[in-house]
Amino acid sequence: MNWFVVHFAQIVFYCLAACVVAGAVGVIAFRNPVNAALSLLGTFLAVAGLFILMHAEFLAAVQILVYAGGVMVLFLFVIMLVKVRTLPNEPQYLGRLVPAAVGLGGLLAVLVGVGLWAAAHGSPADAAALHQVQGLPLGNTEAVGWNLYRDYLLPFEVVSIVLLVAMIGAIVMGRKEKEGSA
Amino acid sequence: MITATHYLMLSLVLFILGVVGMVVRRNFITVLMCVELILNAANINFIAFSRQLGDLTGQVFAVFVITIAAAEAAIGLGIIVALVRLKQTVNLDQVNVMEG
Repeated sequence: MNWFVVHFAQIVFYCLAACVVAGAVGVIAFRNPVNAALSLLGTFLAVAGLFILMHAEFLAAVQILVYAGGVMVLFLFVIMLVKVRTLPNEPQYLGRLVPAAVGLGGLLAVLVGVGLWAAAHGSPADAAALHQVQGLPLGNTEAVGWNLYRDYLLPFEVVSIVLLVAMIGAIVMGRKEKEGSA
Repeated sequence: MITATHYLMLSLVLFILGVVGMVVRRNFITVLMCVELILNAANINFIAFSRQLGDLTGQVFAVFVITIAAAEAAIGLGIIVALVRLKQTVNLDQVNVMEG
């Protein structure tokens, strides 16, 4: 029992990591897009759990609201809308798997090396700073909001314009074209 | 003790899986999902470094990444709807001309 309490964070991390990887494998392995989308949902939820484990509670909530709530509904809606299963079947491209595996395996090795180097030269963690506003112990949401609206107000506004443009673009591309206007 | 390296390795695996999916799969919807996987890997990195350094900037930028991901999903799915209306396919190999 004591072992369980001591290693609780590790156990949670490895369970969530297994869910993340299994979900990602499911996304690229399922041939039915609905199964892939639900697999992606599992990945999103496990990543939200990892955010909580990393003291980013606000982002965990945003992850669930935006990804699981918004993006996933959008994906499923479009999958239902275009009736993918009635479309001609996608050919298999296992021949691409070998060059992909070689190239990405090399990339993986390089990045693991960089990661190990960074871990050897990293500074110690200070989780308390993630819940403070100017030294006051407040919540993570207050701390993120303080940073977002004080130091990063201009990028925040630019991102809101990007969202507006994306919304208009999605509406323009999604509507039916009138006769002769194209 | 779970260090930032653990999170970096996990995000690395997630990123590689996303890239493999983009290379191997030809279904446009699946490719968009793989983009989401890659952006999630980037977010894990941001927040792992935020925790490691005790600095909230990583979390702020993760908020921006989530916003851009939502915009990207909306645009991409709009393209899929227009594509299916035009060509009745979501296979990327059959989409090889720019003009309708």
